[in-house]
Amino acid sequence: MKLRKNIPLIDQHDKLGFWGGKFGGSFIPETLKKPVEDLTKEFQKLRKDKSFLKKRDFYFKNYIGTPTSFVKLKKLTDHLGGAQIWAKVVSEANGGAHKIYNATVHALICKAMGKKYIVGDTGAGYAGKMLSMAAKEFGLKCKIFMGAKDIKRQKPNCQAMRKNGAEIIPVYSGSQTLVDAVSECMRYWVSNCDNTHMCVGSTVGPNIFVKICGWSTTQISRELKIQLKDKFKKFPKKIKLINCVGGGSSAYGFWSEFIDYDKNQIELIGVEAGGPQKSKLHAAPLSRNAKIGILHGAASYVCQNNEGQIQETESISAGLDYPGVSPLHCLLKDTKRARYTHATDEDALNAYRIIKKFEKLNPSLEPSHAFAEAIKIAPKLSKDTVIIVNSCGDARKDKDILKKRLGKY
Amino acid sequence: MHCSLINKSFEIAKKENRPALLTYTVAGDNTKKKSLEILFSISKYADICELGFPHNTPIADGGQIQTSAYRAIKNGIKIKEVFSIVSKFKKVKKKKPIILMGYYNMIYQFNENKFISKCKKSKVDGLIVVDLPHPENKNFALKCKKNKINFIQLVSPTTSKFRLRKIINDSHDMIYYISMLSTTGGKLKVSPKKIINEYQKIKKQNRSKNVVIGFGITEKSIKSLKKADGLVVGSAICEEITRSIKKRQNTVTNVTNIVRRLKNKIK
Repeated sequence: MKLRKNIPLIDQHDKLGFWGGKFGGSFIPETLKKPVEDLTKEFQKLRKDKSFLKKRDFYFKNYIGTPTSFVKLKKLTDHLGGAQIWAKVVSEANGGAHKIYNATVHALICKAMGKKYIVGDTGAGYAGKMLSMAAKEFGLKCKIFMGAKDIKRQKPNCQAMRKNGAEIIPVYSGSQTLVDAVSECMRYWVSNCDNTHMCVGSTVGPNIFVKICGWSTTQISRELKIQLKDKFKKFPKKIKLINCVGGGSSAYGFWSEFIDYDKNQIELIGVEAGGPQKSKLHAAPLSRNAKIGILHGAASYVCQNNEGQIQETESISAGLDYPGVSPLHCLLKDTKRARYTHATDEDALNAYRIIKKFEKLNPSLEPSHAFAEAIKIAPKLSKDTVIIVNSCGDARKDKDILKKRLGKY
Repeated sequence: MHCSLINKSFEIAKKENRPALLTYTVAGDNTKKKSLEILFSISKYADICELGFPHNTPIADGGQIQTSAYRAIKNGIKIKEVFSIVSKFKKVKKKKPIILMGYYNMIYQFNENKFISKCKKSKVDGLIVVDLPHPENKNFALKCKKNKINFIQLVSPTTSKFRLRKIINDSHDMIYYISMLSTTGGKLKVSPKKIINEYQKIKKQNRSKNVVIGFGITEKSIKSLKKADGLVVGSAICEEITRSIKKRQNTVTNVTNIVRRLKNKIK
């Protein structure tokens, strides 16, 4: 298994859609074959279509608000006394998280395909909120599938979705979280694929959805590459790009332009959800060595039992609370291009507290996992090392949880 | 493979001038013992019995079958026990075909080759793997064929003409036509006439293949689809199990009654 240079990772798959010969693919019911093929053809066409790219860039600039800023966390750096810590503040994007890139692109594709309805899944509620925003912007009818447990813990985002005119479909099966929301959304698409477009909220699902999402979030690293050259006279020799990983869409977007670099120069570190300290449950298939399995139409490392039943996960962060992970990250793990670790609920909360104390940043619980790793390793590193954390979501949605666990928000 | 039990069942039904009746129940629903009893009892009326090996993330199943699957898993069914249910059944009902149906991850974790040899040992006649479509299923289907197990290809209203030809080419004795765009157990939203029309298109390509129709078939609609080679009823049966448990009635009797009534309607 080897990575190829000068080809985007999303395109390094074989004819059947597998990365590294075994990750990804399209394990879908026959009914979805045609709509998935149609979507694949359409996307192939659109990504080469100049007027479509112009439209994308227009909306990215004027609607999402690119570029998001790239800032040094001076006080935190001084406090920790090691490597420099920087943040790419992707949460500045319209709506407050990176999910807006994928949602906007899907809405544009939906329009191009002449479909009037769009459906999507959501965990933290950001994918749902963004899809509802994009749907409103482009005049599409929108349904969002969300686990009943997540509806309770991510109220602010639910209010936003409803305000945008989207219908939230609560999912009561299984653990009532993201995994069940994705299943139910796929079932809905099976029944309505003739007039409805489906948006998968991360770089997971059948091959084409991994590609579209990765193609959309790549915007993050395109911007960062330019910003790095702007801020540093000489491109730093030691960079560490730290990102939280649930499905892995923000991490892929944050890293994609840097994958070809030598890992001694640019290290990629993914931080999964380790779950509560005292619990055996987690959502860290990569760093806790889960076996390969098939979930939601793709093969990846999946939290599952010996029989192949998908295991329940647990994390304080709804956005990372998913038993599978992107096939792109499985490939990055197996080729050792990226390193994956995990942070517990408590680590993430502690990181959030520290960030709030020193900086004007308000990272949601998802990127707080990434900050936990940054805080852990920074003191041991030299001052010329540049740690960059993708602050990919805003904590407003976590208000209730943070109040309860830290006593204030 | 022309002497397969599956083929024979269709021949018998044809001689009686009726479609074959295929039932679907979930192994271990609601217990191992009960699901075997149900299987024995309904096989008096069913021509072919489909037995589901349950998965907890079934992306193509509606509420009724999901409920059955979750119930069976909760009551502890393991894949090895699914095979032992089949073995026990086949020891008595040697000529009744059994088709196992489920999702690919269960087979993948068990190991494809081991799964097929287990199927062979316990005398499974056919396999339906919901999320392993054509052409991804080519290798696996070939392995099945070599071991005299029918791999059943699925065809849906969205299947293009081009794909249809290829799927039929690679199919074995039986093809499963999904009646409409739906998960299992949805309300029949297409007219029976239209379903039969689509069904005829498949038959025209190759008369020798047995084509069954499934998804959304109930006591109400089964008669209107009589022209097919075979008809599958699953969700209506699973729903009856749920209802019987709720009302504390005998699941075996109630399910058998439904299957008998279904059979009478297509005689």
